[in-house]
Amino acid sequence: MEIPRHWRLKKQRYGLIGEVCPHCDSKIFPPRDICPDCGKEAKDEFAFSGAGEVYSYTTIYNAPSGFEHTIPYTVALVQLEEGPLITAQLTDVDEEHVSIGMPVEMVTRKLREDGDERGMLVYGYKFRPKLVVAA
Amino acid sequence: MRKIAIIGIGQTKVHEHWNLSIRELAGKAIFAAQKDAGRKNFDALFVGNMLSGLIDQQNNLGAVIADWVGFKGEAVKIETACSSGASAFRAGMMAVASGEIDSAMVVGVEKMTDAAPNDITSALATAADSDWELEQGVSFVGLNALIMRRYMHEYGWQHEDFAPFSLNSHANAAHNPHARLPFAISEKQYKNSAMIAAPINLMDASPTGDGAASALIVPLESVHNNKRAVEIVGSGAATDTLSVHSRKMPLFLQAAYLSAKYAYAQAGNAPEDIDFFELHDAFSIMAALSLEACGFAEKGQGPRLGLSGAIKLKHGGIPICTRGGLKARGHPVGATGMYQIIESVQQLRGECGEAQVQGAKIGMAQNIGGSGASIITHILKIS
Ligand SMILES: [Zn+2]
Repeated sequence: MEIPRHWRLKKQRYGLIGEVCPHCDSKIFPPRDICPDCGKEAKDEFAFSGAGEVYSYTTIYNAPSGFEHTIPYTVALVQLEEGPLITAQLTDVDEEHVSIGMPVEMVTRKLREDGDERGMLVYGYKFRPKLVVAA
Repeated sequence: MRKIAIIGIGQTKVHEHWNLSIRELAGKAIFAAQKDAGRKNFDALFVGNMLSGLIDQQNNLGAVIADWVGFKGEAVKIETACSSGASAFRAGMMAVASGEIDSAMVVGVEKMTDAAPNDITSALATAADSDWELEQGVSFVGLNALIMRRYMHEYGWQHEDFAPFSLNSHANAAHNPHARLPFAISEKQYKNSAMIAAPINLMDASPTGDGAASALIVPLESVHNNKRAVEIVGSGAATDTLSVHSRKMPLFLQAAYLSAKYAYAQAGNAPEDIDFFELHDAFSIMAALSLEACGFAEKGQGPRLGLSGAIKLKHGGIPICTRGGLKARGHPVGATGMYQIIESVQQLRGECGEAQVQGAKIGMAQNIGGSGASIITHILKIS
């Protein structure tokens, strides 16, 4: 179900494509067409880098339907380096190793299964601890 | 606009009412309000409800309830998530104040125990942003936990600093026969209760339940001899971004600030005039944020009012959740705003027994929909 809805959001889900305001240069995610900073029209696409840090986090044990099979999982507010906050799951890390301010980066992962075993798989952004490349 | 008053109130206990349907619950509250008012007739019915379409498979709820109570006039359902009750009340109030109608019956009703717990979790989460919050699997508790953890981080509070909010609501509910959890709890119980989405534990969170609460609104001039009439002197509503992540100040309830500002201005009151405050303690963090947004505490300092005892009934500060609040009276979501209104009426009429705020003349009620997206504030007064 809801296939057009997932298709419609593919740029944001897979590419973290938001908007930049042509009037005040504010970076906007998710897209909202009216700039929250200056109130003018903002429809220019902007690709976020995917880098950010943990603003807050919690772990979900009682999940909404569709997410029961993945509990427990950690959800965060991530502050993107361009400014906006985004709500996203953390991955590749246990809650006890998460802290406010921890650097994270966007990855694409399965979010949930839509409906029963024949339902589509919904993919989207999650964030993992920023990988440090050895020198 | 003409002056208006509440002339009758009714409620059911917030409970697991296995034997009652949504229409029976609403009917019980309405019949009780009619009896309390000493009159049956009204011109229009306003129903506050969030979840009937999702968990009762029943929309067109205005007509459903009207049909059940034998009413053939105008009837509508109003939905603003957990603030549906106060939104319905405000709609009824505006209709009578404008002169369009001469009486409005408002009922908030929610029937929650027919659905399985994870279906309730999903249904409640629809108050948040479906595309940008829910699709990440965050629950409603989860959103409040995100706010609370950051709040503790920025302002340096410990989890136990929020205990007084929970303890106060429970202590007050012990004197309310309609409360879902009418018993006191200890600080030890608060500290040791199960974590549900850290830092929120079971004692920070309000219980859901079935319930209905109702009030009859009429022009003040029609009841000026009635000593039990409670005047609605201030009403304000505002919205904020639907998502927590879109807010410039995720730790401040801007819509609470604005709606309270409008209500204060209309009533000609300031925070120091308020004798008690029925606030929306769906989670203990929301009690702190509501007190801050309405001018009772500085930003980040709401927990101080709990720790100092100022929120208690007989302390001379600002008593909150005098009938148990959401935490212990219970949170039948779309009905909650109406419970706050009728509990305020009980206080102003002096009907609260052990939980009475002595000499209360002006009370405030604030109902929050979503994680702060829709907020409605009312100020009530008795002469
Ligand atoms: Zn702009």
